[in-house]
Amino acid sequence: MNSVGTLMQGNEAIAKGALYAGASYYAGYPITPSSEIAEICSRELPKRGGVFMQMEDEIASMAAIIGASASGAKAFTATSGPGFSLMQEHISAAVIMEMPVVVVNVQREGPCVGLATKPAQADIMQLRWGRHGDQAIVALIPATVRECFELAVKAFNIAEKYRVPVILAPDEVVGHMRESVVVPAPGELEIVDRVRPTCAPGEYRPLDFTPGAVAPLAAFGSEYVFRMTASMSGEDACSNSDPANAARRVAQLYTKLEAGREDIVLTRGYDTGDCDVLVVAAGSPVRAARTAAREARAAGRKVGVLQIQTIWPFPGAEINACAAKAERVVVAEMNYDGQIAGEVRKCLDDPSRIRTVNTFNGTIITPGLIAEALA
Amino acid sequence: MAHATGRAYIRREGLPHISCAGCGNGIIAGAMARAFEELGLARNEIVVVPGIGCSGTINRYLNVNYLHSTHGRALAFATGIKAANPALNVVCFVGDGDGVTIGGNHLIHAARRNMGITVILVNNYNYGMTGGQVSGATPADARTSTTMMGNPERGFDICELVRAAGANFVARETAVAGVRLKKRIKEALTNPGFSLLEVMSPCTTLFGPRNGKKTPVDMLRWLKEKALSPEKFAKTENAAAQGYFRVGTLADERADSFSTRYEAMRRRVLDAAGGR
Ligand SMILES: Cc1ncc(C[n+]2csc(CCOP(=O)(O)OP(=O)(O)O)c2C)c(N)n1
Repeated sequence: MNSVGTLMQGNEAIAKGALYAGASYYAGYPITPSSEIAEICSRELPKRGGVFMQMEDEIASMAAIIGASASGAKAFTATSGPGFSLMQEHISAAVIMEMPVVVVNVQREGPCVGLATKPAQADIMQLRWGRHGDQAIVALIPATVRECFELAVKAFNIAEKYRVPVILAPDEVVGHMRESVVVPAPGELEIVDRVRPTCAPGEYRPLDFTPGAVAPLAAFGSEYVFRMTASMSGEDACSNSDPANAARRVAQLYTKLEAGREDIVLTRGYDTGDCDVLVVAAGSPVRAARTAAREARAAGRKVGVLQIQTIWPFPGAEINACAAKAERVVVAEMNYDGQIAGEVRKCLDDPSRIRTVNTFNGTIITPGLIAEALA
Repeated sequence: MAHATGRAYIRREGLPHISCAGCGNGIIAGAMARAFEELGLARNEIVVVPGIGCSGTINRYLNVNYLHSTHGRALAFATGIKAANPALNVVCFVGDGDGVTIGGNHLIHAARRNMGITVILVNNYNYGMTGGQVSGATPADARTSTTMMGNPERGFDICELVRAAGANFVARETAVAGVRLKKRIKEALTNPGFSLLEVMSPCTTLFGPRNGKKTPVDMLRWLKEKALSPEKFAKTENAAAQGYFRVGTLADERADSFSTRYEAMRRRVLDAAGGR
């Protein structure tokens, strides 16, 4: 086992984590601060029998990874703000087709082109609600380079197991920072592959609308002849406009994730057992929060930090439990509105305890900013 | 040999069809099914990728793999399907709105890459499904629901566009000529690189009546009359301006496809690693 750390960038760890998980197809379009992921895949995938394609735009990139996944590949893409906006229609295509894919969105500052090289966490709502229609996805946010690797693997595992697009959304700081990482040995982390059908080819149904169900997924070219569609369909993926069918179809997109909630919703608590003040954060602000909390502890204050790793589905119950005894709940995030704070407000019995810490100018949240909210 | 019927590739539960009387989609889909049969393709080795539009509704009647995609993006989905499994026969079935208007960027880039896919582009001169609006293939001055006073823009010559972008195979036929269609589809499917077949097809409900073709038969007759061999086309003065178009195989090259070239690159990478 390799226990000596390797100095690695967050984006590099995401690419390596994806390869570790078995990714064999990448399609993308270059954009700062995500391009390192594409460059690494362009070098590494051909060596492993995989395919890298630089597409004409992000719309095509999203479509191509869905197509590759239908051919049986573990497929992914990476982008940032403007590209992530272009991907939305096809993220919903992956939702309705229940196609396993992973989308990396390295979050950068500003509306539209904005500040291309600066960090932000202003896509929290877009991750969840960026698309039209009833639909549910999973989104993960790493705070360290090691977590970039681990959550990339986890993203593929969730995508494969629940047949759902999973979005991995580090902020630019985490995507670009370098830390020493002990790369997991082969076999050390669990790898999940989609369940393949075993029934007779004539009996195969690519979808299953039973609440909580996830149908096995065949690949094009296998003995199974099957369909996929971006339109409303029955379990055979043939068009179907019956309202009773549509209700079952839509509900199952949600219930399958509810059934897997324990597996999907990841948080990390630091000194949350006895805290009077709880800091809630995701991504790089977690690092500032932990420093501020340590300093406050040294000064005799009971401060804990709850790190959100799975931002969607939102870990409301986990936050509420950790905040049970807290007089104050500080939510630190790099956006103007307090997109995470709004969700925390919904899940606390007494939301008047909330204090918010926000930056929205491309600068990071520092321990000092959090210390002010603790004072 | 008995005539191919294409029956094995047709999903009969999907019938009766939902196309308008005189629509070309059924003829084109039938020709495609017969081409599959004559080439002896197994159903599980075929993936049809329709877009969104009247042409996309043919998925209801097909008994092969299909991925019914979004409006304009069929070729991008097909690119991923083919790149991940080059052994598949991948056919995009798209309209002129789908294929060359909203999807124009994907069309030229798939041609440039020489992706080994076949595109059957049903050109009915307008957006059928949404009520007959103007498309990037609507001829100048033609009337559509958004150009009732005549189209101020010009339409693409789709075959020229795709050929210039680097496609191996380019052909055009009309939906009137079922046997020629089948032949062209077979040629397209057996070409290793990017193949485009543009099918001039009657929109008998929307485009026809708005442009002086009152009945489906008028529209079909008009298409038949406008279809010229490349030789006749060259001899006709102002042919394009009068609505004439060339039919037949317009380009048929054998350049290596994307997948072949990718595999060669991969081998170079592995050789370089092994030789170290
Ligand atoms: C992104 C997006 N924009 C618009 C539409 C609406 N829409 C559906 S079909 C269509 C046009 C279809 O025309 P064409 O591709 O020529 O096919 P036809 O119906 O004529 O066969 C449009 C605009 C859509 N489904 N998605």
